[in-house]
Amino acid sequence: MKKHHITLSVNGDDYDALVEPQQTLLDTLRDTLMLTGTKEGCATGDCGACSVIVDGTLQCACLMLGVEANGAKVETIEGMAKGEKLHPLQKAILEHNGLQCGICTPGVLMAAKALLERNPDPTETETRFWLAGNLCRCTGYDKLIKSVLVAAKEMRGA
Amino acid sequence: MSELRYEAPESVSAAVALLAGAKGMARVLAGGTDVIVQMETELIEPELIVDIKKIPEVRGISAENGGFRVGAAATGMQICDHKEFARTWPGVIEGVKLIGSIQVKGRASMGGNLCNASPGADSVPPMFTAGAIARVVGPKGVREVPVEQIPTAPGKTSLAKDEIVTSFFFPARPKRSGDAYQRFTPRTEMDIAVTGVAINLSLDDKGVCTAARVAIGAVAPTALLVKDAGAALVGTKVDDAAIEKMVAAARAACKPIDDKRGTKEFRIEVTGVLAKRVAKAALERALANK
Ligand SMILES: Cc1cc2nc3c(=O)[nH]c(=O)nc-3n(C[C@@H](O)[C@@H](O)[C@H](O)COP(=O)(O)OP(=O)(O)OC[C@H]3O[C@@H](n4cnc5c(N)ncnc54)[C@H](O)[C@@H]3O)c2cc1C
Ligand code: FES
Ligand code: FES
Repeated sequence: MKKHHITLSVNGDDYDALVEPQQTLLDTLRDTLMLTGTKEGCATGDCGACSVIVDGTLQCACLMLGVEANGAKVETIEGMAKGEKLHPLQKAILEHNGLQCGICTPGVLMAAKALLERNPDPTETETRFWLAGNLCRCTGYDKLIKSVLVAAKEMRGA
Repeated sequence: MSELRYEAPESVSAAVALLAGAKGMARVLAGGTDVIVQMETELIEPELIVDIKKIPEVRGISAENGGFRVGAAATGMQICDHKEFARTWPGVIEGVKLIGSIQVKGRASMGGNLCNASPGADSVPPMFTAGAIARVVGPKGVREVPVEQIPTAPGKTSLAKDEIVTSFFFPARPKRSGDAYQRFTPRTEMDIAVTGVAINLSLDDKGVCTAARVAIGAVAPTALLVKDAGAALVGTKVDDAAIEKMVAAARAACKPIDDKRGTKEFRIEVTGVLAKRVAKAALERALANK
């Protein structure tokens, strides 16, 4: 199988990779670049566990080919904390029990980050609709949504 | 599995030439929200993928002749965020907004939604009622095709294997026009339509309907433009009697399947209920749009 040489930026670091044409961005992140923070739940776009931000747009890494990411700027969960300093969303989700098993958490955090970059002061309903593509089997969503709203408030300095 | 070849040409002519030269199964790749899922679940095993997203003219949204030209691969988020387009075609936006999650809309396009030819595709009925015209390019040149002539059966279109849709033209909108789309699903988000109805209508300055188009989705092998249903509204003030006639025509056009998500009777019944609601929503918008 012919491999494609791609270069991409992930969380500000430049990477070179050889990818097979049918390999998704999710496979590329996890298996080629060994960035396993991004999770695979379904591989068909339904669960949102693989949510990443590509060139500023929130999307499922499983619904994009690795070759399509050539030249792209990708943001993943690995870039969220700055060293030891957690992002306010990460802190809020820990403090308000917004996670249990944790499999959905990286995707939820990336989706929530994209939301707050667009809308720093979302209502609860807007937050619920925005996160509708992120399935969570554990929390019942209430604590998740609360965590996002708490973080939003903190980030606004309110 | 045969070797998969990925190509990302930068012009429409190069894309068409690649498709024309393909020996085995070839697929155009726009947002990939259908194509990649179909590959992942081994529903399709293409030999060639032609990614059209490097072609500038399939991606933009711009004003043209008082209307809009929307790139076939423009993403759902891009379309929803285009304030002018969204203000002019709220019913089309209602359809696009229902395409999966925010993540899915970050990639999914109207071109893909139409060409995947799922009977339940949500942006398709409102595109039909908007009277959108698809620009189709193939080796022999350009054709301008009303969108309702593209899907022919579940998963099938009238496009030749070496043709692509490059953009859609949404015509200029007379004043006092309004459109709307609603679907019925068991869940509020992330579900597939059991039935969907789009209506687009225009009124004169006395409030009499001068033009109306009604389309139904998920209740036949393809989305359908129901000419009789639109005709039932023309020449009326879209009053209850006219709406009842329109509803009867919409129900008569349904040829639904029976499945766990809804029986035939249920789908037909709910199509009528939605048609009534959607007519009222479109009318309200037309009245507000002076
Ligand atoms: C989790 C999830 C939920 C979803 N929910 C909904 C929903 O509620 N409602 C709904 O309507 N859809 C839903 N969808 C499907 C929806 O995302 C797709 O139908 C989408 O609109 C297709 O666009 P795309 O750009 O991703 O197309 P692609 O997947 O790239 O292509 C789709 C098909 O069209 C062909 N094609 C694409 N562009 C062109 C072109 N310009 N010219 C010729 N052929 C072309 C491709 O070859 C392929 O056969 C969902 C998908 C997922 C993954
Ligand atoms: S793994 Fe991508 S959406 Fe589930
Ligand atoms: S914490 Fe377990 S799936 Fe969300």
